[in-house]
Amino acid sequence: MIWLGIDTANTPLAVALVKDGQVLANEVTNIKLNHSGGAMLAIERLLTRVKLTAQQIDAIAVSEGPGSYTGIRIGVTLAKTLAWTLKKPLVGVSSLKMLAANAAMYNGIVCTLIDARRQNVYAGAFDAAANFENVVEDHHYSIADLIEKLDALNVPVLFVGHDVDNFWEAIVETLGDRAIRAPYTIDLPDAAQLIYLAEKMPQLTGDAVHNFVPQYRRLAEAEANWMKEQKNK
Amino acid sequence: MGEFIMEKDLYILGIESSCDETAASIVKNGTEIVSNVVASQIESHKRFGGVVPEIASRHHVENVTMVIEEALKQADMEPANLDAVCVTEGPGLVGALLIGINAAKAFAFAHNLPLVGTHHIAGHIYANNLMQPMEFPLLALVVSGGHTELVLMDEHGSFELIGETRDDAAGEAYDKVARVLDIPYPGGPRIDKMAHESDEAIEFPRVWLEKDSYDFSFSGLKSAVINYQHNAKQRGGDINPYHIAKGFQDSVVEVLSTKTLRAAREFGVKQVIAAGGVSANKGLRAELEKIFAEEGIPFFVPPLKLCTDNAAMIAAAGTEMFKAGKRSGWDLNGRPGMELLSWND
Ligand SMILES: [Zn+2]
Repeated sequence: MIWLGIDTANTPLAVALVKDGQVLANEVTNIKLNHSGGAMLAIERLLTRVKLTAQQIDAIAVSEGPGSYTGIRIGVTLAKTLAWTLKKPLVGVSSLKMLAANAAMYNGIVCTLIDARRQNVYAGAFDAAANFENVVEDHHYSIADLIEKLDALNVPVLFVGHDVDNFWEAIVETLGDRAIRAPYTIDLPDAAQLIYLAEKMPQLTGDAVHNFVPQYRRLAEAEANWMKEQKNK
Repeated sequence: MGEFIMEKDLYILGIESSCDETAASIVKNGTEIVSNVVASQIESHKRFGGVVPEIASRHHVENVTMVIEEALKQADMEPANLDAVCVTEGPGLVGALLIGINAAKAFAFAHNLPLVGTHHIAGHIYANNLMQPMEFPLLALVVSGGHTELVLMDEHGSFELIGETRDDAAGEAYDKVARVLDIPYPGGPRIDKMAHESDEAIEFPRVWLEKDSYDFSFSGLKSAVINYQHNAKQRGGDINPYHIAKGFQDSVVEVLSTKTLRAAREFGVKQVIAAGGVSANKGLRAELEKIFAEEGIPFFVPPLKLCTDNAAMIAAAGTEMFKAGKRSGWDLNGRPGMELLSWND
């Protein structure tokens, strides 16, 4: 069984191929990339490197967000089009859970976050000891709200993700010793982790592939404004 | 002797997502529509009074694979029957373009098909090739929400811009005037209808620019409409929006058709075509048909569903590019401000 994993939810680009529980190839790049130009190219490069063709892929895992709207859409569009037209199953995995899974050897609460600008983050917290179940839901939070939620857990929290440093001061200020910073070596998305998680999740086929959409975890601005207007009417 | 090379039929899949329509189509030999599917988002943008780029992009992701599947189904074809995939590379809303482009890439990659990035306006022009063969030299009047251009073509793949708008596009002016008149989005077709139903017109200026220029300007006209509305309101007089609509449309149509006729004469073209969303405008079509019938130059405008955004036109233009050997790589990216350049030189 050959899996293709794609993550373009944020700045880094991560792609991986896994065959029968073995990583065949795994690539991550963390510079400001253009995913629209680069993602398909990276998939082709990886397949060529391990001498496989698109038709040999048996299943596709994609990070479904949250994160950069445009970024997620590129990965999701590639993944759902490949899955639909190759008639292979598709699995969408939270981009935050994928990052948390980098701390698989850890036994406790893992918080992953993505900078959403203006002191906001996409973030979630997961119990590494319980199959990475959410203990704080994936959502768009102000950093203050997130810290408050994590503080209320009253347990140590491991922070994973390359955007954590942007908020580290504020995190430590409230959580003190309960805030643990993961080594930077596990800060980047890993598409093999994405596949590892996807293997244990239900697979989408048929119409479910057509209907698969990103998990933005936030209304589009125009929609939020429109709803506010309706309320004030 | 006696050896014939049978030209194989070309079946091209076109994909378009540059604005608020998700579309896929299969076209045979660049001239014959086999299937043509458009998922319009107009209803979902109505409440915002115009196209919201982020919402458009979200809808494209929802629709794109279904639309391609439907195009294959209606054509009763498999991916293996196709020769290439053509997709709108630009211009357009960048987030919207990216969905069609990435779907096209994944589809082409999955089936080892060549990929061709196509220009949206070339598509609008080539919509005409689906109706009757294009004859050169050809003059195209391209009018849409984002474009007002006169394009001269000497042969397939050759585009010379001889005139363009210096401010608002014609369709943009329609939308803005519609807003002034409190007409719900999309206002263009409604103004056209109101103009049609009115027998009186407010006199608005015609903006001709320099004597020999083929450029256009519609922002002055738009301001004149706004001022008229404002002054009339201040005087407390009755405002008849129908008279305003007809006055506005008369001005737009006269400038567009007069400049198109002058260019057709100067360049001695064999064919004049209208393209783009605003070419669906009844007032404009009727006037162009009339003046070119009088002039004796064949004039064509595609049927309504090929004037608005669709993927058959992308496949039609893309087929000519494909035949000219044009190919795109897997790094194909959306180009929101893409210029219309010739592909034959
Ligand atoms: Zn258009």
